[in-house]
Amino acid sequence: MSKQPATAASDPYITVIGLEVHVQLQTQTKLFCGCSTRFGSPPNTQVCPTCLGLPGSLPVMNRLAFDLAVRAALALNCKIAPFTKWDRKNYFYPDLPKGYQISQYDLPFSSDGHLEVIDPKGAFSRKVDIIRVHLEEDAGKSMHDEAAGTADTRIDLNRAGTPLCEIVSQPDLRSPQEARGWLNELKLLLVYLGVSDCNMQEGSLRVDANVNLHIPLPGEGGAEGRIAKTPIVEIKNMNSFRSVERALIYEAARQWEEWQATKVEMGKMPKQTRGWDDPAGITRPQRQKEESSDYRYFPEPDLVPVTVSDAEIATARAAMGDPPTVLRAALAEKWKISAYDADVLVNQGRDLVAWYEDLATRVGEGKVASNWMQQDVLRTLNERGGTIAEFPVTPEQVADIIGRVQKGDFDTSRGREIFAEVLTSGKAVADVVASMGIAAVSDDDLVALCQELLAANPKIVADVKGGKEQAAAGLIGQAKKKNPNANPGKVRQMCLDLIKALP
Amino acid sequence: MQPLELSAVDLVTAIRQGEVSAVQVAEAFLGRIAKVDGSINAFLHVDREAALARAADIDARRKAGKPLGALAGLPVAVKDALCTSDQPTTCASKMLAGFRPPYDAHVVAKLRQADAVLVGKTNMDEFAMGGSNENSAFGAVHNPWDLTRAPGGSSGGSAACVAADMAPAAIGSDTGGSIRQPAGLCGITGLKPTYGRVSRRGLVAFASSLDQIGPMTRSAADCALLMETIAGHDPGDATSLADDVPRYSEMLEKPLTGLRIGRVAEHFGPGLDPEVAHGVEEAFAAFKAAGATIHDVELPHAKYGIATYYLVAPCEASSNLARYDGAHYGCRSSVRPTGEFESPLVEMYCRSRAEGFGPEVKRRIMLGTYALSAGYYDAFYAKALRVRRLIRQDYLDAFQQVDLIGGPVSPTPAFPLGEKTSDPLAMYLVDMYTVGTNLAGIGGISFPCGFTKGGLPIGFQLQGPALSEPLLLRAADRYQKLTDWHTRRPKLAT
Repeated sequence: MSKQPATAASDPYITVIGLEVHVQLQTQTKLFCGCSTRFGSPPNTQVCPTCLGLPGSLPVMNRLAFDLAVRAALALNCKIAPFTKWDRKNYFYPDLPKGYQISQYDLPFSSDGHLEVIDPKGAFSRKVDIIRVHLEEDAGKSMHDEAAGTADTRIDLNRAGTPLCEIVSQPDLRSPQEARGWLNELKLLLVYLGVSDCNMQEGSLRVDANVNLHIPLPGEGGAEGRIAKTPIVEIKNMNSFRSVERALIYEAARQWEEWQATKVEMGKMPKQTRGWDDPAGITRPQRQKEESSDYRYFPEPDLVPVTVSDAEIATARAAMGDPPTVLRAALAEKWKISAYDADVLVNQGRDLVAWYEDLATRVGEGKVASNWMQQDVLRTLNERGGTIAEFPVTPEQVADIIGRVQKGDFDTSRGREIFAEVLTSGKAVADVVASMGIAAVSDDDLVALCQELLAANPKIVADVKGGKEQAAAGLIGQAKKKNPNANPGKVRQMCLDLIKALP
Repeated sequence: MQPLELSAVDLVTAIRQGEVSAVQVAEAFLGRIAKVDGSINAFLHVDREAALARAADIDARRKAGKPLGALAGLPVAVKDALCTSDQPTTCASKMLAGFRPPYDAHVVAKLRQADAVLVGKTNMDEFAMGGSNENSAFGAVHNPWDLTRAPGGSSGGSAACVAADMAPAAIGSDTGGSIRQPAGLCGITGLKPTYGRVSRRGLVAFASSLDQIGPMTRSAADCALLMETIAGHDPGDATSLADDVPRYSEMLEKPLTGLRIGRVAEHFGPGLDPEVAHGVEEAFAAFKAAGATIHDVELPHAKYGIATYYLVAPCEASSNLARYDGAHYGCRSSVRPTGEFESPLVEMYCRSRAEGFGPEVKRRIMLGTYALSAGYYDAFYAKALRVRRLIRQDYLDAFQQVDLIGGPVSPTPAFPLGEKTSDPLAMYLVDMYTVGTNLAGIGGISFPCGFTKGGLPIGFQLQGPALSEPLLLRAADRYQKLTDWHTRRPKLAT
C-alpha cells in the first residue's frame, strides 16, 4: 500500500472512480484469424492477410475466444445477450492496419454485472456494478524510436487481432485504495477462471480510470446544501495497480486544488484525458483532439451476428469452477480458519489453495496447516520466486514435520529448521531429522535431565517454591544446551511437577 | 478449328478430347488480346508467359493421362479486384499500383484448381465504383461495339474482353450492377449470384454487404459451367452460404412451360430508352412463346433503391478503404510535412489519400463518412438499412406470385465516353434497375435481347429469389436456344 493517504473520512470531498479495464484473453489464436497470440515473438512473425488487414482479407470469429469471454462475463455476474453483433470502430492509426477495429457497440455480448471486493483487514467493502463487458480485437504496437534521433515509428502487428475483453464499471469506487483493491480482485477472478494471465507488463491487462470529486456544499440562508461535482478526468498510461492508486491519489488532490481555485463544475468543460507520468508521479493533460474522435460505428458486414443459447450459458457456467469469493467462504468454513487467512490463501491462486487443502487434509487441522502455509511455505515461496507447482517441498513432507511437532518429538522452531533443511537439501524429512541428531527424548531421560537441572539451580527451585513459576524459564535454556532435542514445554512442566513434589 | 469462336463449354470439351491443345487455345486468345486490346484497354495486366506455361503443363498432363480439372485449358480473365498471388492487383487505382497480394482470392484458387488458364487482370472502375469504367486510374475501357462508347462498369474490362473475343470467360464482381450492366452494354451474359453463394475472400472490398463475384461469358451455359467451379461454401468467409452447389450445367434442359415471370410497370417509366423498352418487350414475348406466363408485380420501394444504395455502399466503402492510408501499399505522398495539418501523420494521410484516390472514390468516401458521422447516422445510414429491409420484403412478396422478375438491365444502351462523367447523379441512375438485387441479396442475370438501330446491344435482366441460380441460368439458356443475339460479335478493325 502506498504511504500516501487515501481519501479519508476527514476529506472535504468524495473521490468517485469508474474503471475501464481491457483484458487480453488467454487463447491460442487471434479473434478473427488463426495466428498465434504468443507474447514476445520477433515483430511481425505472427501475422496473416487477415490480421494485417490486407485488401480482400476477411475475419472469421474464433468461437473459443467468444466462449472464454462469456465465462468471464458470467463470473462478473453479467447478463449474457442471446443475440450479439460486431461493429466497426473507425479511426486512423498506423498500428490499426484496417483503419477500423472490430468491436461491439450497441449490442455488447454481456451487461449489467457486478463484482464485490472486501478488504480482509476491514478497511473497505464495495460492490461495484459493471455496465458492460464486450469483446474486441486488439491493435498492433507502435514503437517510437525517439532514441535514435530519427523519430521513426516501427509497427509490430503480432498483437493485432488478439482478443480483448473490455470491462466497464459504474463510477462506484470511492477511493484510490478501493480501486486498487477492486483491480486485484478482478485480476484474481480472471486468473482463477483461466480467462487471462492479466500480466500488465506484457499488456494483457490495461486500465483507464475516470475520476472526479463530489464536494458537499453547505446551504446558504437555511437552504439545503448541494453536491458540487468536478469535471471528470480520464487517466491513461498506468502500468501497474500501484500506479493506478498513485495516479488517482494525485488526481484527486489536483482536482481539489483546481476546484478551490476555479470552482469549475462538471459539464462546464469537456471531459479531459490526462496521462500518468509514473517517474514524475503526476498526470499531464493529453491533447483534446484525441478525445473528440467520432468513431463512426456501424455493423461489421463481414461477420454474422452471434447467438448464445441458454444451454451454452449453462455449459459455460458449469465449466467455470468456484470464483475466489465462493472459495474464500468455503475454505474458511471447511477448515475453520479466519476470513483473513482464507483471503491470503485464495489470493495466491487456485494451485496454492489445492496445495493447502492437501496439507490440511493430511494434518487434520486447518488452522495449523494455514499457519505453516503462511509463515513457512508462502514466505519461502516469495523469497525464492516461482509458482507453488515448482516448490520443492511437498504437502506430504510438511505434514510429516507438523505431525512430529504435534507428537512432541520436537518443538515448532525445531520443525522450522527441519523444513528449511528439507527445502535446501531436498532430503527426506526422516533423513534430515536423523542427520540433525534429532531423536525423541524418552520420559526417563527427561526426568533425569530435569533432576540434574534442579540440583544445579537451587535458587530457581526456591523461587518457584516461593510462587514465582516464571522463574522456571531459566531452566529451559539450560535444558536445550544439555540436550537440544528436549521439548521446552515438556521440560518446563516436568520441572514444575518435580519442584512441587519436593518436600 | 478456330478457338476464338468456341463457347467455354465447347472449348473445355475440345481440349479434353485433344481436338485442340490448351497451348493453341491460349495462343489464340493471347494473340487476339495483342491485336485488339490496344483500342479497347480491357486488360491492366496480361501474363502471357505464365498463361502459356500453364497451358503447356495442362497439355502435358493430359498426354500423360493424368486427371484434369473441370475447366482444364479454359482461358479466364479476372477482374483486377480479385487478389492474385502471381499478378498485380490494383483495383485500377493508383493507390494499389504495383501491389502484389501474398495470396490468391478463394475464387482464383478454385479456378487454378480447376486448371483454368488465367490470362490476365481486367480493367475496372477504381475500386469498383462506377458504371462506365471511366473511373479507372489506368484509362477508360472502350466498348467493342462502338469504341467511342463506354462498356459500362464497374466490370467493364471483363465485359469488353469477352465481347471482343479476348477471353471466352471472365470473372467480375457486382455491388450494384457491376456484372449485369456492363454485360448488358457489351452484349454478353453475366450472372450476379445470391449474396454468399460465391466466397468474397480475396475480393478487394467495396461494399461488403453487397459485393458478390460472378461469371461473365458469352452464354448462360458458359456461366453455368463457371459457377460449378467458383460457387460453394468457404469457411474463410463468414457470410458464405453452406448450401450444396447444384450441377448447374445439368439443370438447363427443362422447358419453361409454366414459368411465371413478373413484370414491374415502373421499370417502363420515364428515363427508359424506347429502343431498350422495345427490345425488352420482345424478350417478354419470346419467353411467353416458350411457355412462360407474364404477370404484373409490384416492388413498391424500388423507387428508393438508388438513394438506399448510395448510402449503404458509400458508408461501407468509407470504412473498407480506410486501410489505404499511405502507411501501407506503397502509395505515400512525397510532400514533406508543411505544418499546415494537426500533425505530420495526419498530413501524410491526407495528402496520400488525396493523391492516390480518384474523384469518384473520394466522393463516395466523403458521402459515407458524412452519413456515418455522429448526428447523421440515424437520418442516413440507419434509415437506409430500414428501407433496405423493405426492399428485400418487396422481393419476398413478389416471389410469392412469380418465379422470376424480368426487365431492362439499364435504362439506355452504351452511352458515349465522357457523356456522364461531369454529372455523378446521372451516372448513378444507370444502376436503377440493378441495385435492388444487391440490396435484397438475391440473384440476377443479364443477357442480350436485341440491338438498337445503331448496332448497340440491349440487355435483359432476370432476377430470382435467393439460390435461384439454377432457374436463372435455365431461363436464360432456354431463351438463348431460341434466339441468336448472344452469338453476335462486334466487328473490330484489327
